[in-house]
Amino acid sequence: MNFHQKITSLHLDVLKEIGNIGAAHAATALSDLLNKKIDMRVPKVEMVSFNDMMELVGGSENVVVGIFLRIEGDVEGSMFFVLPIEQANRFIRGLIRDDTFDFKNPPVPELGLSAMQEMGNILSGSYLSALSDFTGLKIYPTVPGLSVDMFGAIISIGLIELSHVSDHVIVINTSILDDEQEDSESVRGHFFLLPDPDSFEAIFKALGVA
Amino acid sequence: MLSNANQVIKVGIAQMDVVKAPNTIRTSGLGSCVGVILYDESKQIAGLIHVMLPDSSLGRSDAVNVAKFADTGIKALIELLKLEGVHAFRLKAKIAGGAQMFQFTSDKDSMRIGPRNVEAVKVELRKNSIPLVAEDTGGNSGRTIEFDPITSKLNIRTVNQGVSEI
Repeated sequence: MNFHQKITSLHLDVLKEIGNIGAAHAATALSDLLNKKIDMRVPKVEMVSFNDMMELVGGSENVVVGIFLRIEGDVEGSMFFVLPIEQANRFIRGLIRDDTFDFKNPPVPELGLSAMQEMGNILSGSYLSALSDFTGLKIYPTVPGLSVDMFGAIISIGLIELSHVSDHVIVINTSILDDEQEDSESVRGHFFLLPDPDSFEAIFKALGVA
Repeated sequence: MLSNANQVIKVGIAQMDVVKAPNTIRTSGLGSCVGVILYDESKQIAGLIHVMLPDSSLGRSDAVNVAKFADTGIKALIELLKLEGVHAFRLKAKIAGGAQMFQFTSDKDSMRIGPRNVEAVKVELRKNSIPLVAEDTGGNSGRTIEFDPITSKLNIRTVNQGVSEI
């Protein structure tokens, strides 16, 4: 399979724009939700090996809060919203007004978990509806699932569909950070959009770069 | 205990490798994937494969990475161990992984890939008459595993249940 070989720099720009528009809407939604300033980095679109993918966000063993959903419809793929524990703690503490809340301290209170789930719902919803408006494609997200675990264990579920045809993944990666943190790669939150291989054509066609 | 002089061989996703005592072998962040250890107690040699998918017939690619699949991967690992002078009939197996990281009501088969991986690994072990000595599979936690060929113990670390050994 060689769907990668057909991808030009114009295609990459289109994918970058998708990450830009999607994450900008999601970051705005997050900012409204938390009532704080959220910064967003320029999206990266990369073709990486599975192992390189596992090493993002501080490595495959790094414990993160992960929201995962599948998207179905005209475009299929996997979407992740991954937050380092400290960042997720700050967001949820602000949301439920409980400074003792800690994802690292199981059993994690149900209220915080459901707040995180709802945050995932809102953010992925705004990302994907922006994407759908932009492309005119029908996109149906599944209900997001939540897991607090090793990054590698979480992200690998998004590689399953791709792994049927490839050992590489095209990832649309946008990172966000809030104003209370130092900026470094391992403390940022990330949106990852991993379109299934067969879906790139639909995206490119919709945006006139097929 | 391990001394610093000993090396830890790291195996990535959809990869495999072989280790000899006193070194150990390790793979991290197993979710729905399954880590399979094949080992020869007397020779203190072991192989580890990080399996992603149950069956190579699922592959739609021409260039097949054999280590990605349970069926082709286990066969290839046995061959790799044979090159190290291990007899296939001496091999035993320990496996870990195959979790379901997210609870879903989706009809997509890929959502319950963990249990399918575990099942496929067991089928392939049976086909090659390799006894499965111990397993820590299923559940919904990620695992990092490390095998020590000297003790034949598999060390398993999870985020919420700490460390165990099988």
